[in-house]
Parts: sequence; C-alpha cells; structure tokens
Amino acid sequence: MNPEHIREIVDHHEGGKKAGIISILEDIQAQYSYLPEEALRIVAEKTGRSLVDIYGVATFYKAFSLKPRGKHLVSVCLGTACHVRGGPRIAEEFERQSEIKTGETTKDREITLETVNCLGACALGPIVTVDGHYFSNVTFPRVKEIIHKARAGLDRVDIQTDERIFPVEVACPRCNHSLMDRHHYIDGYPSIRVTVSFRQKHGWVRLSCLYGSFSVDQEYEAPRDTVVNFFCPHCHAELIGASECMTCGAPMVPMLVRGEGGMIQICSRRGCKGHMLDLTGVNF
Amino acid sequence: MISLTINGLEVSMEEGTTLLEASRFYGFPVPTLCHLDGLSPYGACRLCVVEIGQGANAKLVSSCTYPVEEGLRVRTASSRVVKARKMILELFLASCPQSKTIQDLASSYDVRQQRFKQEHEDCILCGLCVRICEEQMMAKAIGFRSRGEKRSLGAPFDLKSEACRLCGACMYVCPACQLRCTYTEPDKAICGGCANLSPPCLEKNSFDDMMCYMEPCVACEIKKD
Ligand code: SF4
Ligand code: SF4
Ligand code: SF4
Ligand code: FES
Ligand code: FES
Repeated sequence: MNPEHIREIVDHHEGGKKAGIISILEDIQAQYSYLPEEALRIVAEKTGRSLVDIYGVATFYKAFSLKPRGKHLVSVCLGTACHVRGGPRIAEEFERQSEIKTGETTKDREITLETVNCLGACALGPIVTVDGHYFSNVTFPRVKEIIHKARAGLDRVDIQTDERIFPVEVACPRCNHSLMDRHHYIDGYPSIRVTVSFRQKHGWVRLSCLYGSFSVDQEYEAPRDTVVNFFCPHCHAELIGASECMTCGAPMVPMLVRGEGGMIQICSRRGCKGHMLDLTGVNF
Repeated sequence: MISLTINGLEVSMEEGTTLLEASRFYGFPVPTLCHLDGLSPYGACRLCVVEIGQGANAKLVSSCTYPVEEGLRVRTASSRVVKARKMILELFLASCPQSKTIQDLASSYDVRQQRFKQEHEDCILCGLCVRICEEQMMAKAIGFRSRGEKRSLGAPFDLKSEACRLCGACMYVCPACQLRCTYTEPDKAICGGCANLSPPCLEKNSFDDMMCYMEPCVACEIKKD
C-alpha cells in the first residue's frame, strides 16, 4: 500500500468535505481489494474525522473488507429465493471443498468465499457468482466445477470496456426459442438470425455471435444510422427492451444469453457499436 | 410555553424539552438506562417509554427523545407502560444479568425471573460510553463497530486507542460494566470481564497503561467476546 496513493484518493474526493466517506472507502477497496488499516488511519487524518467513525463505516457495510481478499471472489446467494432453493447447502459445500469458512480467503490467496443476500436473479436460483459471472441453478456436483473455473480465472466482465471476443448463444427473451442458426456460420461460429424491418422493408439479418464482433449478413442493406426494428423469427415479437443505447440513444435490442443466463443488448442503430452484456440475470 | 397533561396533572413546559425532562421535573419518576443529563438523547434502551394519546390512538413512545407537544396527554405509569417496561427489563436480564444497575431496575419493577435464553453480554449497546467519550471528553476514542448481531463496542481494530486518555468516563457511565475496573474502590470491585472478585488488574501497579476495551484483557488474559 502506498500512503501517497491513499492521500490522492482522498484529495480526489475534495478531502472528504463534499463526497462522503463511503465513496472514498469504495475507491480504496477497488484499488486494494480491501481496506488496509494504515489506509483508514490516513483517511481519518486527511478528512479530520475520528478513526472510530471511519472504522464504524468500514465495518458496517458488508461490501467493505478489512482483510485482504483473494484474487477471485465467489459469492453464494442466500437471499430468500435462493435460500429456499438450497442456497445454504450450496454454501456449505463451497466451504467444505475450498476448505475455508464464509468470509475467508484460501491460503494461496486465490479465492475469497462470501455469501450475499440476493443477486437479483431469484428465478434462476440458487445463484453463485464468480468475479461477477453468474452461475444459475447451481447444484452440488457443479460446485467443484465452479471452484475450478474460479481458479482458472473468469475475469470480471467490464461492460462496454471489455475488448475480448467470445461466442454467445442467444434466445428470444419472449418465447425462449434459440436464435442461433446452425446452418449459417459467421466468423466461424453459428450466426444469430433475427428478422428486421426498416423503411417498409422486412428481411432477415444474421449477426455474428462473437460478443464484440460486428460482422453481419443481411437480406437488405440497411443504410448507416437507420434505426432498425428487430423481431424474433419464431414468435414475431419485437425485440425491444426498456433501455437505450449509451452511445447514440436508440433503443437497445435485448436477447437472452443461454447457459449462464443474463442478457445481451445491442444497439438497434445500424453502424452504432453500442452493446452491452448484462449477466445480472433476466431483468426484463 | 407548551401546556400538556402528565398523569392528569396540567403542566406547562418550555418548548424543546423532552417528555422525560418534563415528567421528572414534575416529580413523576421514569426509569432510564441510556439517558444521562448532559449527553444527547439516544433512545436505545426504550426503558423510558410512556403512553401518549387517547383510546385507539394511544401509543408508547420513548420519553427521552419525544419533545413536549401542545395538549399532549402523557401517562408515565399506565398498565401498558409498566407491562412494556417489565418486558424490556426481562430482556435486559436475559442478556446482561450481572449488571447491578439492571438487577436493581428489575427488582424495582418486581421482575425476578426471565423467560429467555440466558446470555452473558457485557454490553447492552446503550451508547452511553460512546457519547460521553465524544461529547464530554472530546476524545472520540471508542464507537460502534459492525452491525446487526455482530454490533459491538470498542476502539478501532481492537487495539489500544491513541485517542483515549484513560479518563475512565466510559467505564464510569456504563450500566453493564460499571463494576468492572472500579479500581478506585478496590473492595467493591467485581470485574465484569472475568467475574473475578479480585480482578488481577488491581495488583498491577502499572494500571495506567491498561484499558478495559482490550481483547483479551491485559491483566487477566480473558478474551472478552
Ligand atoms: S477512558 Fe478513553 S474511551 Fe473512555 S471516555 Fe475516556 S477517553 Fe473515552
Ligand atoms: S459498554 Fe456499557 S456504556 Fe458502552 S454501550 Fe455497552 S453497555 Fe453502554
Ligand atoms: S482490566 Fe481485565 S481484570 Fe481488570 S477489571 Fe477489566 S476485565 Fe477485569
Ligand atoms: S435470492 Fe438469490 S438472487 Fe435473489
Ligand atoms: S432512556 Fe429513553 S430510550 Fe433509553
């Protein structure tokens, strides 16, 4: 830990005058993955508040940790829905297999295990997340696999800034029919086929299923910047969600991600690269 | 001036005083645990409950935090109030039976038994020590940590606090542990930490460096949890 660095963080928040203690602590935790004792002392000294106050806040919120955390964070949901679906037993199994108690970190500093109350995907419970990746309907046999994956590293999916490219399998969020077209490949993977309409033209379009790739194949060439309406080819429902593209403001097109659960959203404007992956479950 | 009735007696009090102050001023006793003149009201122990309002609207409020209101009808010892206080005292007895303050209060309300799981906490989280340390001693050395079930009281990181000047005020006001570390009156001392009639810390002449908020206790090495 670098004391100078902590001072900078506090200065960044105008010495804690305007912004609250919580945001300062959040920033420190984001940097160091925990709150070092020395850091709390510096925060107290710089903000002119007493150490008890800072310590009180740091211990009050579960999001803060005073102990170093492992590289990977495994959170087992014990919210009401996951609880009745067997969350506590899944948590116990994680404790047993990783040989640590909830809230602790493995000796090799790889995995920190914690329990949380509701991760917002109750219908898919029991939910376990690893560094922000969701695992739904977790059963006993999968615990081992999840721990293994956590050690291998799933990395945090950083919405919008993530540059990596990986294939997804999507389905219509209304009828749950797969949108994958196994007969047409784009970028070497099965493509996603949907129906589109714009300016009184209706036709199919095939999108690359590689998250981060913008290759398309279409019946009618849509001019750049037109906002296109997307439909499910099976139930013909329009694929439209509540959110808007953060880049251009056009409506986002939601699609269900198969397997891990969650949503992928792409911008409906031709040529706009706005897209996001939201694995926080089906919030539709 | 605000006029109200307390136990049927028409009285008037200055605006901003609390029901507790008003009741005591006119001679109606109200028991308290977390209240201390000179410290800000906190409303933690609920022992000071009184009943206000009429008929179906009657309700219990903590008098130490409730300001006088025009026309308010206050009852400081109605059967509902007494029942509530008895229950509160029973709960205190269940968590902190060794406290003389709590025992005395309980027996004054004729509570001689409690029906709950017996525990032996050494803190009822009344916050008196936190407030006296901050408001009167200007030290802010101790405070609450964590929350819910795990809420506890002490110095940051459970270390000897640099801000503490060992004035002893926190121990003096504590209703749960005031008999602990009464080293000025050694013959009365019963240590709350170790339930020892002659606390080992008394024999150490270097008591100055010690502080009861240490885990484990420096003198007896009993872990307080
Ligand atoms: S002894 Fe220390 S903690 Fe207690 S009131 Fe005095 S300064 Fe505060
Ligand atoms: S230590 Fe004593 S005074 Fe402080 S909160 Fe606990 S019971 Fe109250
Ligand atoms: S310092 Fe230890 S031995 Fe002394 S009164 Fe406190 S708890 Fe008991
Ligand atoms: S209860 Fe587990 S996600 Fe809501
Ligand atoms: S004295 Fe009023 S709540 Fe404790």
